[in-house]
Amino acid sequence: MAEVIKVEKLTVEFPAGGAGQQTKVAVKNLNLTVSSGEVFGFLGPNGAGKTTTMNVLLGFVNPTSGSASIFGVDVRQPIARQRIGYLPELTYYYKFLTAEELLRFYAKVFRIPKDQVESRIDEVLKLVELEHARKRLIKTYSKGMQQRAGLAQALINDPDLLILDEPTSGLDPIGRMKVREIIQRLKNEGKTVFFSSHELGEVETVCDRVAILNQGELKVTGRVDDLVRENQMNLEKIFLEMIGYKSPVTV
Amino acid sequence: MMNNAFALAGIVIKELYRRKDFYVLFILTALLTLLLGSINFFNEQNIARYVKEFCLLLIWIASLVIAVTTTARQIPAEREQRTIFPLLAKPVSRGDLIFGKFLGCWIASGIVLVVFYVFFAVITGAREHHIHVAAYFQAFWMHWMMLGVVVGMVLLGSIVFAAPSSNSTISFVVILGILLVGRHLNKVADSLAEPTSSILYTVYYVIPHLEFYDLRDLIVHNAGSAPWWAVGVATIYAMVYAALFQFVAWMTFRRKALN
Ligand SMILES: Nc1ncnc2c1ncn2[C@@H]1O[C@H](COP(=O)(O)OP(=O)(O)OP(=O)(O)O)[C@@H](O)[C@H]1O
Ligand SMILES: [Mg+2]
Repeated sequence: MAEVIKVEKLTVEFPAGGAGQQTKVAVKNLNLTVSSGEVFGFLGPNGAGKTTTMNVLLGFVNPTSGSASIFGVDVRQPIARQRIGYLPELTYYYKFLTAEELLRFYAKVFRIPKDQVESRIDEVLKLVELEHARKRLIKTYSKGMQQRAGLAQALINDPDLLILDEPTSGLDPIGRMKVREIIQRLKNEGKTVFFSSHELGEVETVCDRVAILNQGELKVTGRVDDLVRENQMNLEKIFLEMIGYKSPVTV
Repeated sequence: MMNNAFALAGIVIKELYRRKDFYVLFILTALLTLLLGSINFFNEQNIARYVKEFCLLLIWIASLVIAVTTTARQIPAEREQRTIFPLLAKPVSRGDLIFGKFLGCWIASGIVLVVFYVFFAVITGAREHHIHVAAYFQAFWMHWMMLGVVVGMVLLGSIVFAAPSSNSTISFVVILGILLVGRHLNKVADSLAEPTSSILYTVYYVIPHLEFYDLRDLIVHNAGSAPWWAVGVATIYAMVYAALFQFVAWMTFRRKALN
């Protein structure tokens, strides 16, 4: 299978936050590949380096060393992002735009042919169930609606790879289920989905493969069913073990 | 590049007409001008000149306020509201972002200027029963070119100074400084000892001379129009500075980590 994301020996350091502070190593020598058609769960506790890794994939942050490519194109080239849909960790959109205006703007950036723009916008708004609110300013949306607007913009170019940073955070149980359904649907269409999450149950049901990161280091990576079978425990237990968590009750 | 820049510019322009700033400044300018115009205590000749002078001064102030504040908030707002992330996650380069914001702010300032100058032409036309179209067009055009330099400068400032308010303040001081003393710097330099003299001369040659673009006197005194070649040269001069500021902005912003 073709490699869609390839991260090699990636290290990202941030300059010290204050005097006397050491540089912060957010990602340490990370190797990762995501293949075409996979749903890949990127896991790790808060501050593990998930968002930082995604920021490198999108060209927001430069690697201190190592490299990353998407569809074989170095991530520093804007063209690498033509076939990507990205949902940031925190979604905020232009306050003075409505959902359809926002999508029209992004459609323009992707050079979607004029005669296809409106039907594409209808399609994604229907998918995230925001048709009724399409003419409202996004700033008047609830948090869950904003998250769905974020998902709509990530899908506008019919991307082959989705990079979603905690797509279900802040959503109610129905909203989460819908996001899971969307991911499932994208997978059925042959898309690759790379997403981070803290919802391990959810990850276990939708992901083919996972990677667990802790303090910038890759702890384990593999197929979800293999991991569960080999370790004889569910993903949550594996996760806690991998990050070295000891329950204060059992200690 | 052009496709992305125009898409971005469209957003800037949409923002301008959905905010109240411009309407408030326009109404204020119009009201103050009409108010002054309605007072009739000077003789006919003088009052017409004062009204024109006053109206043009207000137009200059209002246009600078709009150009500077609109430009100063663009990139900081993208970063603060985090809209820059979904944007740059698309095939939009950082150069596209800077050029698009420049284009948007510059075109938006141009639209604002058209409204102001049409108002000015209507006011003076009503009093003088005749307007010198070429001179008015030149005044508008030069004003707009000057705003191009201003927008480029403030855009660079918005990358160097994170806070839009400090950027706006510094930009206003620099712009007013150039407009008020820019043309005299060489004379001041002559009167000083070395090395201050050379330093001042360098400053004189390096700063964009925004005061060249002020053709208010020509239209206040109905003194005809400027030579077109001079307008052409000034246009090129403005575009060179605007491009230079954008280039430095791009160099600074190109490799900056965003998070
Ligand atoms: N700009 C920055 N400057 C300094 N340190 C940073 C910066 N950005 C991130 N870090 C640090 O890098 C580490 C990784 O952060 P990152 O945001 O990638 O974590 P994460 O896995 O996404 O966590 P979360 O689950 O909380 O979103 C953290 O320790 C964080 O404090
Ligand atoms: Mg994160």
